[in-house]
Amino acid sequence: MLNGHQIPLVGTLLAFVTFIVLLSTGSGFGLAIAVFIMWMGSLVLASSKPPELPARKKQRPFTSANMKPLIERASTPLLVTENNTIASANRAARSILGKHIVGQDPRLVFRQPAAIELINRGRNGSATARGLVRRRDIWQLNVQTIDSGLAVLELINKTGEADISRAHTDFVANASHELRTPLASIIGYVETLSEGDEKLDTKTSQKFLGTIQREATRMQNLVNDLMSLSRVEAEKHDQPEDPINLSAIIERAARDAAGSERADRLILVLKKELSIKGNRQQIEQLVRNLVENAFKYGYDDTPVVAELALGRADHARLTVTDQGDGISPQHIPHLTRRFYRTDPGRSRASGGTGLGLAIVKHIVERHRGHLDIESEVGKGTSIIVRIPLASANTDLDADTKGKDDGDDTQTNADNHAPSLPSSKAV
Amino acid sequence: MAEHTVKAFDEDITRLRGLIGEMGGLAEVAIEQALDALVRGDTELAEKVVARDKKLDELEAQVDKLAVRVIALRAPMAGDLREVIAALKIAGVVERIGDYSKNIARRVGSIEVSEKFEPLTLLPAMGELASEMVHDVLTAYAARDANLALEVIATDDKVDAFYNSIFRNLVTYMVENPATISSAAQLLFVARNLERIGDHATNVAEMVHYAATGEYPPDDD
Repeated sequence: MLNGHQIPLVGTLLAFVTFIVLLSTGSGFGLAIAVFIMWMGSLVLASSKPPELPARKKQRPFTSANMKPLIERASTPLLVTENNTIASANRAARSILGKHIVGQDPRLVFRQPAAIELINRGRNGSATARGLVRRRDIWQLNVQTIDSGLAVLELINKTGEADISRAHTDFVANASHELRTPLASIIGYVETLSEGDEKLDTKTSQKFLGTIQREATRMQNLVNDLMSLSRVEAEKHDQPEDPINLSAIIERAARDAAGSERADRLILVLKKELSIKGNRQQIEQLVRNLVENAFKYGYDDTPVVAELALGRADHARLTVTDQGDGISPQHIPHLTRRFYRTDPGRSRASGGTGLGLAIVKHIVERHRGHLDIESEVGKGTSIIVRIPLASANTDLDADTKGKDDGDDTQTNADNHAPSLPSSKAV
Repeated sequence: MAEHTVKAFDEDITRLRGLIGEMGGLAEVAIEQALDALVRGDTELAEKVVARDKKLDELEAQVDKLAVRVIALRAPMAGDLREVIAALKIAGVVERIGDYSKNIARRVGSIEVSEKFEPLTLLPAMGELASEMVHDVLTAYAARDANLALEVIATDDKVDAFYNSIFRNLVTYMVENPATISSAAQLLFVARNLERIGDHATNVAEMVHYAATGEYPPDDD
């Protein structure tokens, strides 16, 4: 019997009987064999319809177990819930919400009333919820229910769109306010210089030119700071992925900020081999801003200490300490606001733009870290930055480990980067 | 946590935790909206916050009922008992947090808001910090994350610093502008309420730390 071709037994028998009858009625052997062959041939052709696919018979229903591999690699956070419990969550969902969410009630994970209402309704639909993962972020939730109490939840991050438009308006507001002052004085002095050419002696005009240059430089600094602030703000919500080694970067940036004439006042106590997921330029800028501030507000000839250590809970902790006037407590909550100055005259005189700490704060936020300011009036100020280590959540894909240990190898490679000896230069 | 032989017990605990999560979300939104209403002088939104507080009370009653039922029917031991008791206590505290937000919302009508009412500039930042504490402490509860709980406890110092700063600001402001004393005094209460919310979030954080590790967090200061 041919594979897939089932020739009916009865048909074969009938053909054979006809063959015998034809032979016995004396129609001749040739004709009889021809009829038999025709008959059998048509039977073979007619029966060649392919059989039913075996798979179609036992259709597998969706279960939380077989949906898990289905969603695992998707880059959108996806969750499968079963009877008000999160049965599985894909890798993207685990990385934003945490590994613990599997097996929990979705209401404990999402919490926002808008999201809970959607989940409780138990039907298809979508909702927008704020502050689902981090404060002020905006997520769209889409729910698709499947049979037997299963539902698929899709999370779409809408924060970026809202953020960019806000960042633009903020930028315009800040820029117009702070840029007007230096511009006004530049224009004023230029007018004086161009009008009263003969009456002004060289000494006065030199003084005017000096002012113009100072104001222009201030404006340039301001524009630079505003631009980096906007940049950090715009990408605040995507956490950097590349592991970087902190001690080398901090060492370089701190020495850079101190410059040659203040190098002897800088004390570095840096623990090696701490790597975080970060953006190299931004971390450098953070360190530069902090060290510059410390020199600016510390007393002359007092040391500035930058210390990098392993903080609690898998955080790298950078502390920059100065010995200066300190900041009185009621100012501390405001320090990271743009253009906030505890003593406007002094800060401007020292060339500050009022944006340094705001930039630091945004960089720290982007790296999912924390910024603390401790200060004692008359003694000095410590600024403490804590950023989670790169190794802190590598066990995220415990079940897929071994396939992609890329993170670890990269970290090691980075450690071989030119790292100067972490000295205690005094 | 290990699974139990009686599956319904696991379901009860999951549901209990889910209810706490729902309460926390409501409380968090209540703080934000109460302050939003305050800053914009939006009495309608304030009324909504007050009305929504009923839902929190309802949920607390549900948690109570479910917790009592679990204790009566399943007689939980050790970690399970800690879990149920913690849920009971946390529900009470979160409900209080909701009450403070309601209290803030109630004051909206009696505060004259003008564009330049200076003392109002700090309160939103403080409210943000307080609602962040509530958010984080519930994340810590969901993840049984003792470290995050410790962080929340540390944040309370910042809220206290805000309170002190606002207090001084307001007192100075009242001295300089006696005409606005009644509004400014209301704002003092708002700041006080936010400060209490921070304290309550700290309480929850201590319970989360206890439920996760079996030990109360060390007192730093």
